[in-house]
Order: sequence, then structure tokens, then C-alpha cells
Amino acid sequence: MKPNGNSTVPSDVPVQLLHGDVALSGRPVLREVDLTVERGEFVALMGANGSGKSTLVRTLVGLNPLSAGRLELFGRPLAGFHDWSRVGYVPQRSTATGGVPASVWEVVASGRLTHRKLLRPLRSADRAAIRAALEVVGMDAYAHRGVAQLSGGQHQRVLIARALAGRPELLLLDEPTAGVDLPNQHALAGALGRLKEAGATIVLVAHELGPLAPLVDRAVVMRDGRKAYDGPPLSDADVHAQGFDAGHVHCDDASTPEPNAAVPTPLKEL
Amino acid sequence: MTLLELFSVPFMQRALIAAFLVGIAAPAVGTYIVQRRLALMGDGIGHVAVTGVAIGLWTQTSPTWAAVIVAIAGAVVIEIVRERGHAEGDVALAMLFYGGLAGGVFVTGLAGTGASRLQEFLFGSILTISVDDLLVTMALAVVLIVICVGLSPQLFAVSQDADYAKVAGLPVRFYSILVAVLAALSVVIAMRTVGLLLVSALMVVPVAIVQQLTRSFRMTLLGAMGAGLAASVGGLVLAAALSRTGANVQPGPSIVLVALAGFFLVWPIGAWLRRRRALVAPFPETAPVEKPVDEAHPHHHGEKCGHVAVEHGDHVDYIHDGHRHAAHVGAEGEHYDEH
Ligand SMILES: Nc1ncnc2c1ncn2[C@@H]1O[C@H](COP(=O)(O)OP(=O)(O)O)[C@@H](O)[C@H]1O
Ligand SMILES: [Mg+2]
Ligand SMILES: [Zn+2]
Ligand SMILES: [Zn+2]
Ligand SMILES: [Zn+2]
Repeated sequence: MKPNGNSTVPSDVPVQLLHGDVALSGRPVLREVDLTVERGEFVALMGANGSGKSTLVRTLVGLNPLSAGRLELFGRPLAGFHDWSRVGYVPQRSTATGGVPASVWEVVASGRLTHRKLLRPLRSADRAAIRAALEVVGMDAYAHRGVAQLSGGQHQRVLIARALAGRPELLLLDEPTAGVDLPNQHALAGALGRLKEAGATIVLVAHELGPLAPLVDRAVVMRDGRKAYDGPPLSDADVHAQGFDAGHVHCDDASTPEPNAAVPTPLKEL
Repeated sequence: MTLLELFSVPFMQRALIAAFLVGIAAPAVGTYIVQRRLALMGDGIGHVAVTGVAIGLWTQTSPTWAAVIVAIAGAVVIEIVRERGHAEGDVALAMLFYGGLAGGVFVTGLAGTGASRLQEFLFGSILTISVDDLLVTMALAVVLIVICVGLSPQLFAVSQDADYAKVAGLPVRFYSILVAVLAALSVVIAMRTVGLLLVSALMVVPVAIVQQLTRSFRMTLLGAMGAGLAASVGGLVLAAALSRTGANVQPGPSIVLVALAGFFLVWPIGAWLRRRRALVAPFPETAPVEKPVDEAHPHHHGEKCGHVAVEHGDHVDYIHDGHRHAAHVGAEGEHYDEH
């Protein structure tokens, strides 16, 4: 019997979602989403508020169960995937913190947990990775501040550093640039560019790409819980045509009156 | 009997050793409880454990082990209700707590044990800690301290950001239940010293004292253990000293009052630190504040439209109705987008 190639070897495609349906609190939020992200790709996930971008990213990291469909990470079905040190996740900004003070260093250090054994102190490699991640986001001077004292943008950068500290192969970021000022967006773009060069796969939710635009290989636009576009990067105007502007009646040029009745209800603005 | 002579009495020595260990262990667990914003969980477990103690007294088995079993069961139920996050969860927990307390007092009555026996467990007692009790207390306290300190990176991550911990592959559910079980055990070992009705204070107040001063989790954890130790031993000595004068002060209330006194002593320092930190706090990087302006706006955003203009990279956004608009010049003319 001749062993026949790759049929049993994991394909190693970082993300493969097939016909994914997700319901939250009994309400269908994602419908029939197919998404394959190849190794080394930089995918921008776009779409209006409430279109399901966060839900999709949370689903890809296993935080939302699929009600139908199939998800594989690095070629393994989610249930059989345990190699979480290969995955980094930056949640959409939450200012929620625990009820006890925590320092920036401690939050970023928790990004090393996937590399640490139980009951072992931080090794010097861990410390180096934490320090490097803090430098990338420009927060090294704040390492011993409490996270509760940070501004929203600084807190966001700490969450990015936490994900970077784990040196992931697949990095999923949910609106990492929201509330982050332009110099730090450039710093983040530089860091993601280096990660990309090192072969990392990146899925990034953004409302506006800004300095990240040159890195993007592919754009996916969500609309009303479905994938509305999947292809080469779009100019801003094109993205809007795909997703954002369908519900927009703020335009003042009377030449394109958009009747309210045509507005799909789930495109709510926040 | 002078105070020194009192310390040479075996029951007082046992009480001191218990207070020492409980004073360290209860706030260690309490730090995670407070981090999870479950400050009243210890209180709830304490109420439920009353039933365990009563059953132990009634069946003439060990009140300690009966309390361990009932407290762990109660803690796990509390954690499951919390995890489900049902709206009625709050009320369900309240009923569990009252049921535990009422059940305990009721069973004590059935057994004809007498309220004073139960009272030793409700508010602590210096006199009644047996050698066996002490050994159990010592063993459990050491286990609690080792777990709370040794697993602190994992327990910290799970309590700080459960979603992130899940993506890091940590067994979040296991650790959450572990914290609940640790809380149940600390309630039981503390019941002879502070008593079931006040145990939660020894878990929470030391954390509240030190977190006024600290900026890191680790310092809070270690500081709370130190503060708890001081309050526990200090309160016990105070109760013992007062009992020399003929008063009958139980250790539980005196430990809690010493801890609260510590809180109010530290409070001015904490307030001063907070003010100082507020002065160095950075300005927020975005300030989306909007002047109230007319709703629908058939106008071009511009210098005079009344919407707040914010520079945003290569373009200017106008804050409108809580979101930002950017002007785009597209094929169809100028329009504005939210983002
Ligand atoms: N926990 C939840 N329960 C029910 N509905 C939810 C929940 N979270 C999000 N939704 C709904 O799912 C839709 C998509 O949300 P989300 O993925 O956060 O959108 P986006 O990130 O694109 O702004 C929205 O309509 C939102 O109201
Ligand atoms: Mg979102
Ligand atoms: Zn803008
Ligand atoms: Zn406007
Ligand atoms: Zn547009």
C-alpha cells in the first residue's frame, strides 16, 4: 500500500470556515460564511457596524460556536485544535477590566501563557518577548502603570501587545486601530508588516485602513451577516459601495436621494 | 491573667495559629473573587455553609467536613448560575443564600443543639478550636496559599479576560470552578476564626485596603495577604484582650472591625495617590464630543456647519450624532460616511 500524500497530513491552511452559521442569543447573526485564509495572507475584514465582523472573528478563534458549518484551524477541526500558541487574538476594544488593579506588564505577560508550563516563573525568553511587544506598540514606558489609568487608545495598544507577545503565526485583530492616534497606527502598521514578512497570517477588522492599507492582500466585506465581497483590496470608495453606504442618507448632494425605506434595518449606526 | 499569660494557654495558641493562616489564605482567594467582581460570593457561600455545619452537629459527625461538602456544592452552584448569566440568576442566588442560613438555623433547632453552639460558627470562637480542627485548617490553608500564588498567572488571566484566556487555550471553566471551590474552602477554614457570617469580610476588605495603593495584581495579592494577616491576628488579640476585662467579644466581629479600621486609615493615602495619578494621566487620544446640533443635515460639513471637526489621518471627520463622518469625493459626488 502506497502512502498517498497529504490526505491525512493537516493541510496547514490557517483558517478554513465552510458554510458557517452563527446564532447569538437565538438570533442568527452569521449566515453561510465561507472564509479561507492562506498562510501568509493579510486579510482586511470590513463592513458597517453590526454587519458581523466581530462575530466572525470571535467565531474563528472558537469563542462563538457554529450552529452549522465547519471550522478548521491549521488543518484541524476546531474541537481537535489545541495548538493555541499559534493563534493571537486582539478583542474589540473593551475598557472592562477586572475588579483588582493590574499592570500593563501583567496584562501583556498573560500573552505568554500559551508558552509557559504550570507553576513555572517567567523565563528570560518570555520577558524578552513581553518587552519587545511593549516596544512595538510604544508602551514600554508604561509597563508598570495600572491598566485602569490608561486612555482608551493606550489600552488598545496593550491588548495588541498581549497578542504579539505570544509570537503567533495567525493573528486576528478586531478594530485594533480604533481610538489609536496616527503615529501609533503607523507603529502598528510597521509591526504587522514585520510579522507579515516573517510569514504570519493576519486577519484584521478595520473600519478604515489608514496606514495599514499597503499591507492588505485581500479584502472581505461583511454585510448583514453575510460575505458581500471577497477579493483584491478595495479603494475606500469601493468598500463603501459594498457595505457602508447602503444605509447612508447623510449625503447632502440631492442628486442621489436615498429613500429611507430602502435601508436594510440591520445596518444600524452606532 | 495578663495578655502574655493568655498566649501561653493552648487554646489561645491554637486560635493564634489558625488566625495567622486564615488571615493569609482568605484574602489570597479573595483577591480573585474581587477581580471577578464577585465580592459577595464569599458571603453567599458562608450562608450556605451554615446548613452544612448544622447537619454536621445534628448527625454528630464533623461540622467541618459537612461544611466542606455543602460549601463546595453551594460554590459550584453559584459559579454555574453566574456563568449562565441569566437575568434571574441574581434572585436564584439570593434564595440559595437565605435557604442556606434558614436551613442551618432550622436544622439546629430540630437537633435541639442550642443556638450558642451554632453561634460559635456564625461569628467565630477563640475557645473551641480543637487540635483536629487546627490540623485541617493548617493543611487546607497551605493548599489554598500554594494554589493562589502558584497558579496566579493562569487564575489572573482567566479572571481578567475570560475570552482571551479561552483563546490562549486555558481551561477557563475548570479554573472558574477552581476559584469557587477555593472560596468554599476558605470559608470553612475561616469559620472558627471569623465565623460564617463575617468570613466574606476577611476575603474582601484586605483587598480593598491594599488596592488603594497598588497598581499591579501581584502587589495586590501579596499585600492583601499581609493586610489580612495583620487584621486577623490583630483582631484575635483584641478580642482576647477585651475578654480579660470580663467582656465577651467574639473574634469575628473584632477581626472585621480591625480590618475596616485599616481601610479607613489607608483611605486618605489612597485618595492622595489617586489625585496624583489623575494629574499625570494622559489626555484621551480621541475626544468625540459633539455639540448638540440639528439632526438631519442637508449640508456640507465644513468649518461653519457646527459639527465638531476632528483631524483623522489624511482627512477631516465631522462628529455627527455620536459617530464620525468623513467626506469622500466619489464618482457620485461628495458624500459622508460613518466610521
Ligand atoms: N451576544 C449577542 N447576542 C445577540 N446578538 C448579538 C450579540 N453580539 C452581537 N450581536 C448582534 O450581531 C450583529 C453583529 O454584531 P458584530 O459582529 O458585533 O458586528 P460588527 O463587529 O461588524 O460591528 C449585530 O446586529 C449585533 O447586534
Ligand atoms: Mg465589531
Ligand atoms: Zn475618518
Ligand atoms: Zn453630520
Ligand atoms: Zn464613502
